[in-house]
This record gives sequence, structure tokens and C-alpha cells, in this order.
Amino acid sequence: MFAISFVAPVFQLIMLGYAANLDVRNVPTAICDLDNSRTSREFVASFSNSGYFEQRYFVDEMKHIDGLIDNGEVALAIIIPRNFSRDLTAGKSPQLQIIADGSDANTGTIGLNYASMIVSEYSGDILMKALERRTDVGNTPKLIKAEIRVWYNPELKSRNFMIPGVLALLLMVVTLILTSLAIVKEKEIGTMEQLIVTPIKPHQLIIGKLAPFTLIGLVDIILVLLVATLWFGVPVRGSVFLLFFLCAVFLLTTLGLGLLVSTVSRNQQQAMMTSIFFIMLPMIYFSGFVFPIPNMPPIFQYFSYLLPLRYFFVIIRGIFLKGVGIAELWDQALILLLFGIGILGLAVMRFQKRLE
Amino acid sequence: MGESAITVKNLTRRFGDFTAVNNINFEVEKGEIFGFLGANGAGKSTTIRMLCGILSSTSGTAEVGGYDINEEPEMVKKHIGYMSQKFSLYEDLTAAQNIEFYAGVYGLENSHFDERYRWVIDMAGLSGREHSLTGELPGGWKQRLALGCAILHEPEIVFLDEPTGGVDPISRRGFWDLINDLSDKGHTIFVTTHYLDEAEYCNTIMLIHAGNIVAGGSPQELKTDYIEYSMYELECDNVIDAMESLRTKNWVEDVSVFGTSLHIGTNEEEAERKVREELSDAGIEVRRFERIIPSLEDVFVHLVQEDKRISR
Repeated sequence: MFAISFVAPVFQLIMLGYAANLDVRNVPTAICDLDNSRTSREFVASFSNSGYFEQRYFVDEMKHIDGLIDNGEVALAIIIPRNFSRDLTAGKSPQLQIIADGSDANTGTIGLNYASMIVSEYSGDILMKALERRTDVGNTPKLIKAEIRVWYNPELKSRNFMIPGVLALLLMVVTLILTSLAIVKEKEIGTMEQLIVTPIKPHQLIIGKLAPFTLIGLVDIILVLLVATLWFGVPVRGSVFLLFFLCAVFLLTTLGLGLLVSTVSRNQQQAMMTSIFFIMLPMIYFSGFVFPIPNMPPIFQYFSYLLPLRYFFVIIRGIFLKGVGIAELWDQALILLLFGIGILGLAVMRFQKRLE
Repeated sequence: MGESAITVKNLTRRFGDFTAVNNINFEVEKGEIFGFLGANGAGKSTTIRMLCGILSSTSGTAEVGGYDINEEPEMVKKHIGYMSQKFSLYEDLTAAQNIEFYAGVYGLENSHFDERYRWVIDMAGLSGREHSLTGELPGGWKQRLALGCAILHEPEIVFLDEPTGGVDPISRRGFWDLINDLSDKGHTIFVTTHYLDEAEYCNTIMLIHAGNIVAGGSPQELKTDYIEYSMYELECDNVIDAMESLRTKNWVEDVSVFGTSLHIGTNEEEAERKVREELSDAGIEVRRFERIIPSLEDVFVHLVQEDKRISR
């Protein structure tokens, strides 16, 4: 019990902190330089200097690329045509071919984005140099330079984005499952029946069953926060107290759901399966943990409003990364609180001192 | 007639299409040991659960300790103790912790606690083992501890659902001594069982079969009122064949196998001669033949068969 309640969340966070990482660096790349000129070599160098690509293979013929991509040796291939440098000097637009392995859509997309960024930068440079050489023009035209600043997570580390999410998930998993199992277990061993025939009040019974898991949940918050900040160096820019308080509000919803599951389950397997398939997985998929909500079909976007985790993600990421306070988060916090009261209230109503 | 502790009126419970308890009526007097008898699945536990306010009734009602089970289930719960078929104790707590827990749940006064605690420990014979884990106690001890926890608050009415299931015969006997003590102190005991020998200890017995009450009365009344013929026991080879050949005779009212012998109910004056003749024709040797006082088991078998005949 101790291990499940306290060691497992820390262990999970450490594992997920490393595994739940969507950053794409060092995309394995194959280069097929058919031109093999000074210009083409310079162009290839601009890819390797970017840090996003690892030039794993140089091939002489295009047909070798198929095998490399099929085997998963490379995720991206860049093919420079035979007349690359000649066309450039002649003022023609050379055709460059880039092939990406779409079976890993995430790496493929990000790799392509990096590649087209490098290509457009390179073309820009060529254009500028050409224009500067044309002395007959008084005012040389300028390209627009975008000065990009990323706020809150300047290195765009996905870990900073994921770890607060993992904290929310762990809190949900531990309290939801432990609560529902603990109550259903008492049904199984018969002590629930014994308690039902005593004059104990339903609210006393519920408080008695929920109190330990509330405590476990609160201790888990502290443990997981410590690992997130000290081990992974994820910053907590906002108030730790506010974070802790809103985590407690979130616990109302998970404890309530746990209690609700226990009222519809006869045995522990049922409680476990109900918790996983009808509550946890939909929450993980639809509340914006990994998959962005704006990308979902509208009906699922509306559905996500029903998930308390959705609001909690906004809150927890806001406090961790943006350092925002209650002034910015009050609406999300209020909705979460209403969900908590609503779910817990429903569960308490359903939880009667009768077997059926 | 004394005052009644429990009055059951047209109590019915259905689970879907299945009627577990069918419109039953009976009364339990204050201070008596009331035995509720029936086979597994006859509706004993369903009835006891309704009377304790664990299950709601489909229709009909009952008064327990003067309170209606549907209107005031929480008042009922203050006046009863209940021990279920399973030993409903926390096995990962010690015996002492279980007692403390239930004392808290029943809201026992601190001043009263020490006395009740000692009583349970002594009654269950747990002196020196108070701090053993409940799960590690032998069955008989666990069962007495469960009883102790169920009646910590000295309820007027004690419900025991198959309290001796899975307990060795010596512990069973000891447990019935406890039940008698409680009854002597004025507690009303409502006990379900399917052990017919245990039913002999009860003041009143009610037989339930397939959700219906088929008979009721003191053990003596049941034996004399319900069986209107003489009962004989015979020992012979091949009891099954013997039963088959006697069953079809019109002068035989009842015949059933009891272990290695046969019980025959008949009003025939010359029962022994006719039975011996019949069986020797069938090539079966009768080793012993004697008249017996019907046991509760005879009554029970008779009534259940009767009930089946009627319902057919």
C-alpha cells in the first residue's frame, strides 16, 4: 500500500519525465548530393550546422534512399539535383527534393518544418547577395526579419509542458483508483454490509473512506512537486500555495469519481476497469494532455468541456510555466470547484446505506 | 403471548423475475430464540437483510424493535446487532482494534467501553491474543469476536445469519451456549440456519422454502402437528432400490433416505409385516425395523415435499 501510494507516483513521474518527450532533435538524415559542387556542399553544411539533423548517410544514387527509409535508418532524405549550382548561377530556380518518413508523423512533420526553414533562409541569403551585387539599384530591397521570442518556455522543451500534466495524471490515477477500490473491497469482504447495519451516518462513512486518500493525494502532490522541480528542474513560476490549493480542489473531482465508480461496481475488477476505460483514458485523450484540443473534431472539443482534467491542465500549466495567479485562473478554478462539488455531491447521493 | 420484538407483514422481495421472499408473515416474541430454517437459496438471508435495513423490500413491511424497516431504518439499526454469514471483521486489524473500531461506530461511551471490551475478550476467549491480527485467528475465535463486535452496544434484538457455517462442531456447541446466555439476559435472537440439529435449540422455528413460509411453531409442535402418521426407520441393503419399491405403495405416505437407512411414514397398522414382505419380494433383506419419533429433518423433508406437491 505504501509503495503503491507514494513510491509509484514518484517512479512514474521519473519514467514519464524522460519518456513523455516530444522534442525532435538530431533527425537521422540521408543526403544524396548529385551535384557535388562547392555550392551544394555549402548548402548541405547549413543543414548539419542547424543541430536538428544528423547526417547519417551520404548516398550516390537515389534508389539507395528507399532502403534506408524502409529500414527506419533515416527519417528524412535530402536530394540535391545534378544541376543545382549551375541553375543557381544561371538565375534559374533549382528543384530540391526532400523525402520524409510519414509513418512517424510527429518526427516527419517537425523535420520537414526545420528543413523548409533552413531552405528558405538559404534562399534568402542568395537573394540578398545577388541584390547587393546589382549596384544599379539605389535602394536594395530588404527581406522581412521575424524576431521570434518564445515566452514561458524559451527552449520549447516539451518536458516543461509534459511534467505538470503528468503531475495531474498521477494525482487522478492514485486517488480515483485507490478510492474506488477501497470501497468496493469492503463490499467484497462483507465489512460494508456490517457497517450498513450500524447507526453510522452516511456522511461519516464517506468522510471516513475519503479522508485517507485525500491525505495520500496531498502527500503525493508534495512528492511529485519535489521531483519535478529538483530532479527535472521544471520551474514553478507561480505561487506554490495556490498550486497546492487548486490541486486539492481537483482532488474533490477525483475522489468524487472514485466514490461514484464504487457505487456502480460490485467487485474490484469492475471498479478498476470502469475507472480506466470510462474515466481515465477519455480524460487523458480529450483533456489536452498530449493531443491539442483545437485539433479535435468540434463534438469532441465540446466533450472536453465535461472533463475536469481539462481545466486543471490550464491551471497547473499556468502556475508552473506562466507564473499566473488567481486573477488569471479564477474562471478555470471556479469551474473545477463546481465540478468537484457536483461530482462529489452526486456520488454522495448515490452512495446509500443500502446494498440495492 | 408476550410482546413481539419483530412483526413481519406481507414482506416480499423480488430480484427481477425471481421472487426470493414471497409475502411472508410472522411474529417474533421478545426474548425468544427464533430459528429461521431453510435450504440455501430459500430466502433466509434476503429476509434477514430486509429486517436489518440492508435491503429494501419490494412490498410489505416489518416492524423491528417497534420501528418500521422502510420508514425508520436508521432507528431499527440502533436497536439491533447483526452478524452476517461471512465474518465481517477487518482481518488486517488486531482483535482489539476491531473492537475499538466497532465501539466507535456504535458510539459507545468511554465509561462503558472498558467493561464491554473485557466482556468481548472474555466471551471470545481472546485473553492474551487481543493483539493478534484477526485474519490469523482460528475460525471459532473469529466467529465469537464477530459476534462480540456485533453486540457491543447490547442491542435488544440480535440477528445471526448462519452464524455457525464453516465452524467445527465443538465451536458450534459453544456458540449455541453463548446464544442461550444472550437469550437468558433478555435479548431476542433471530437466527438462520440450515443445520436442523441446531433448530432444536430454538423456542420457535419457522420453515421457509422457495420464498414461502411452510410451517412454524416450537420444535415439539412441528414434530407432532405436521406429521399425521407414524414414522419408522429401517436398515437394509440397497436403500435406493428399497425406497423405489416402497414409494409407489398407496399405504406409504412418505419415504426418504437418511444416510444409510430409510425413513417410512405410514398409518398402516401392520407396517413392519407389509414392509418386510414387500422388500423380500424385491430381494432386499431388512436388517432392522423400528418405530421412531420424527426428527425435525423428517418434518422438514415432509413439508418441502408437500409444498412441492401443492405448487405442482
